[in-house]
Order: sequence, then C-alpha cells, then structure tokens
Amino acid sequence: MTPMEAIVPLLVALPLLTAAGIVAMAHVRPLAKFTSGVAVGVVAVNLVLSLVLLPARVGPIYIGGWSAASTLGIQINCDALAKLMLITVNLVALASLVFSLSYMRQFTKVWMFMSLLVFMVAAMNALVLAGDLFNLFVFLEVAAIASYALVAFGCEAEELEAAFKYLVLGTVGSTLILLGVGILYSLTGQLNMGLVAAGLRKLTLAGGKVGPAPLLAAACLIGGLALKAAMVPFHAWLPDAHPSAPAPISAMLSGVLIKASGVYAMARVVFNVLGPSGPYATVLMTLGALSMVVGVLLAVGQWDFKRLLAYHSISQMGYVVLALGAAAHVLSGPSPQVAVASVCLLGALFHLFNHAAFKSLLFLSSGAIEQQAHTRMLKEMGGLARRMPVTGFCCRIAALSIAGVPPFNGFFSKLIIIVGLAMAGYPVLAALAAFVAFVTLLSFVKVQRYALEGQPSASAAAAHEAPFSMGLAMVVLAVICLLAGPGMMVLRDWLFEPAGRVLMAGSAALIGGAP
Amino acid sequence: MNQHHGMTLIVKNTTRLVSGFIAVFGVYVALTGHLSPGGGFAGGVILASAGILVVLAFGREFSQRLVTETQYHLYDSSAMAAMIILALLGYLAGGFFVNFMNATSPQSVGESVGRLNSGGTIPLFNLAILVKVAGGLAGVFLALAAFRAGGRSQGADAPSVALPGGAGEKED
Repeated sequence: MTPMEAIVPLLVALPLLTAAGIVAMAHVRPLAKFTSGVAVGVVAVNLVLSLVLLPARVGPIYIGGWSAASTLGIQINCDALAKLMLITVNLVALASLVFSLSYMRQFTKVWMFMSLLVFMVAAMNALVLAGDLFNLFVFLEVAAIASYALVAFGCEAEELEAAFKYLVLGTVGSTLILLGVGILYSLTGQLNMGLVAAGLRKLTLAGGKVGPAPLLAAACLIGGLALKAAMVPFHAWLPDAHPSAPAPISAMLSGVLIKASGVYAMARVVFNVLGPSGPYATVLMTLGALSMVVGVLLAVGQWDFKRLLAYHSISQMGYVVLALGAAAHVLSGPSPQVAVASVCLLGALFHLFNHAAFKSLLFLSSGAIEQQAHTRMLKEMGGLARRMPVTGFCCRIAALSIAGVPPFNGFFSKLIIIVGLAMAGYPVLAALAAFVAFVTLLSFVKVQRYALEGQPSASAAAAHEAPFSMGLAMVVLAVICLLAGPGMMVLRDWLFEPAGRVLMAGSAALIGGAP
Repeated sequence: MNQHHGMTLIVKNTTRLVSGFIAVFGVYVALTGHLSPGGGFAGGVILASAGILVVLAFGREFSQRLVTETQYHLYDSSAMAAMIILALLGYLAGGFFVNFMNATSPQSVGESVGRLNSGGTIPLFNLAILVKVAGGLAGVFLALAAFRAGGRSQGADAPSVALPGGAGEKED
C-alpha cells in the first residue's frame, strides 16, 4: 500500500473519530470548549488531504487486506470524479464550519451541531469514495440521517415539521435505492460496482437492448436518487427542509448534500454501473429539463429569501442533470460522439462545482442577514448593502454568479452547458436553458433591489456587519466564485476533464481502477 | 420507589429476577460472536433490552439513578471512537481495518481456532459494537420515553411536546 493509498481511508476515519470524540469531549468539563475548534481542524485536514490526493494516481483500495481477486472485499474507489467531489465537499464544509463558529452562538448545545455536521462530512466523503453499491447506500443513509437531525436542530414547530417531511420522503427514496441495489445483486450476484457493470453487460439482450429486470432496477435507483437530488416530480421536501435548517446547514444541504447523494450517485450509477443507454438518457434529460424550468418559475414568486434560494437549487441541479442526460444520450448508441459528450460533461461538472460555491455563499449570506435584520422576508429588508458592506458585497457576487453574468463562474458553466446541448442536437433545450438563465437573473435582481438596495426598513436599520469568522467564510467563497471563471482552463485540466473521462469510460471505468 | 411509577409489583419482581440474566446473555452473545451465531450488534440489542425492561417496569426516574443519559452518550461515543481507533491500528499491519492480531502476526493472542481468544481484533470489534449498540439503543429509548413523560405531566392544554435534552433552542 503506497502512502497515498494509506491516506484515502483517513478521509472517512478521521471525521468519524472526531464526531464521536466531540460527543465525549462535550461531557468532560475542561475539554468542552474545544469542540468547535476540533471540528474545524479535522475538516481543514480533510481538505488538505483531498488536495494532496489530487495529483496522485490511486488505484482501487481494498479495506481490511482483502485482495482484488476476492469479490467479497470492500473496495474504495478514489478516481478523478471522487477527487472532484471530495474537494467540493470539504471546501464547502470548511466554509460552513468557520461560518458557524460565530453564527451558532445564538443556539444551545453547539457541540451536538458540530458532531452531526462532521458526521455528515464523513458520510459524504465515504459516499463519494464507495466502490460498491451497498456502501453507497449505507453512507447515503448516514448522511441523510445526520441531515434530518440537523434540519430539526432549532427544535421549533416549523423546523420539526420540515424535518419530518424530509425524513418520510428521504426514507421512501432510500427504500427505492435499496430495492434497486437488491435487484442488481440478485441479477449479478455482486455488489462491487465494476463487477455489477460487467455482470450487466453479459445480460444485455441482442441489439444492445436492456432487459426488463435491469430496467426495473434502474427505475428504482434513478427514482430514489432523483428524490435525493430533488428533481422536479420529487422535489416537495427541499423547499421546506433547506430553509428551515440553520444557515450553515442550508449551505451544506444545498451546496453539497444534494450533489453528493443525488447527482453524483446518479451519474455514477447511470454512467459507470448501468452504462449510458437511450432510456436512461431520456429519463435524465426529462428530469433535468423539468427541474430547471419548474424550479425557476416557482422561485420567481418567492419573498422568503431562503425559500427562494432553495427553489433555485432545484433549478440549477436541473442544469447539471440535463447536461448529464445529454452526455449519456450522445454516448449511447452505435456511434458515440465522444467530443460532444466531453463538452456536456465538462459543463455539468463545472456547474456542479460552481453551484456548490455560489449557493453555499448565498445561504451563508442569507444567514448573516437573517441574524442582523431578524427576518427572512425580502420586503422587510432593505438598504443592507450600506449597513453590512462585506456581506452585501459577497451576496452580490454570488447573485451575479448564479444569474450567469459574464465575468463570474456561473456564466462559463452555463455557457458550456448551452453549447453542449446545441452540439448534442437539442437546440430547443439549449434555448430553454438560456431562457431559464434569464429568469434566474430576473429573480436575483429582485433580491438585490429589496435586500441590498432601497430604503432601510425598521428591522434592517439596526443591522451592522457580521462577525469576523462569518465574513471570512463568505469572502473565501466569493473569491472562489470570482477566480473559478477566469481560472477555468486550470480547473478543467486538473479537475473536470479527468472526472469527465471517468464518466465517459462508461461501465468499464471501475474494473481496472482509476484512469 | 413508590407504586405510582412504573408497572405492578408482579412485573417489577419479574424484572428484578430476569434483567440481570438478559444483560449477561447479551454480553455472552457478543463475546462469542466470532465463534457462534450472534455478534456485537445482536448482543448490544439484548443488553439494551435489559435496560429498556427496567425503564418500562420501574419508570424513567428510577432507571436514571442507575445510568443517566449523559452516561449513555459517553458509552455510545467512546465505543464508537474505540472502534475507529482499532480500525486505524490496522495501519500497523499495512492498512485500514487490517486484522493486526491474527494468528500469524507477532501481536497475536489467539491459539487454536474455536477458542475464545482466537480471531485477533474481531472479538474486540464485537465488544466495541456491544457497548455502542447497547448505549445508543438505550439512549434513544430513554429520549423517547422522556417525550412521552413530558406530554403527560403538562396536562392537556400545554404543548404536548417537551424537548428534554433537545438541541439548539435559540437563546435570544
């Protein structure tokens, strides 16, 4: 085992150990005040470790000394796609934790919050590293259970109701995923993703048609994962759950959880396990286009700042899934168009990363505004750009990024997605994506007008700048939003293109380890 | 211990008799988990059920004099930490979760297959899981029992959900 391979399990083990340690520390008087610091420290270490892993070539790792020849061992798969997700997850988690150092002072039992948040980070790291379907399911559940508790953290009626709704719908999604995994296990006798993919290739009918049993498994898996990703027919829980949580948790849920447990898992299953084929591509594109349009139309009418952001999450995830579906479509069939697929995947993965940055920044700034102005309603705010210059500036950068205004990162990823859709032969969907980008801009002009500009309202008049740690977290994310656009070429070579190649290698990607 | 807490005298006396045996059986199932059917999880559930039986028969107040919720938190989290440390110690033998005390390694404590001290780290994992599951399950049950008690004591028109140990109430 090389040193790099030895690092990979630490990404899961260290935060898990810390999550347990924080609970123990909180009950020992002299250690209790260090819990928040330990949480920030371990996530910072995780971010450093995932950056160290980025240039390394790490093959599949077998936990507990099992060999590759045995089909029983638990495999960890640290390929380029997993590395992209690791960096995204730990970056947003670190920003949220630094933000919550000041923000969470208004709550009791902060150690419980820190422990759950670190637990969720551990689960998401394990989820993106999982090399077999059952581990994917287990860590999806671990991350989900931590997030149910975090949504209910404030313990007020509205929060408990949202958490209960989220719990019930999330459990339905998890059950569907487990059912899909079970069907695949009964068909192939394997749980390892690469071996399941190989088994499914043998079951393919003449003419490349998919049999009814794999189709049923795919329906269960895509349905369950679409629920986790809040794609439109399955989105009802998100606009309640995400705004109800404390702001750093909203940032984590919208910023990375729906991506890791929804979009990432969906891409992994569709491209690497089931193999891209016509019916899956059509389903992904339908889900994506519906979410993109319906999400933004529902967002336009919102006056609750966090609820508006939550609807935009649905819409922006629609972009990602639509581009993934288009890539799956051009890759399926007898003559795959690899160049077009790589453009679509670049757009999808770039937008996934960008959305993590600007949506978590928007949620963090909404938390800072809510703390100062004591309201989430846009009409009761006003003039906050003058009262809170740092927060206002960061919020403005994030709003321009999500709206797709040229120098910022959101513009480039949306442009690549639109170009990719046009190249893939969907000019109507490309036009629709451009139209949705325009409506998004409209909606964020409203945010600017009512929250940041105009006459200060009674509640906003007493507002002053957020504390240092909250400002720091927001400025770091704002800098990423600013630099990711011009630095696109560097990021493409290091992050997105290798990750796209993993997806394009299709069902053969996981057999020989990381490309 | 007054009669108004918990169940009737018959249940209490029966509980007094059997709960110790249930607890010992739970530990037994976990300790022999690497040799026979059972293991840490099954043993932990049985051990927790002994504690739950005491809560049901004698009421929450009495059982909290034996083990408090804070202690359950501590057992739960330290057992989990112990398990991860044990998994990390596998790096001694080359990797995460590697059994560094197996029959061929110098740290081995096992002799022949089938004895209680065989299996290397697996009995230790079972022990950690026993404490983790028992502490976690009993802690969850106590928390739910507290919900019920809160609802009953406050009467009909008070809000029926009291949140003992509830997280994150706003201070301001």
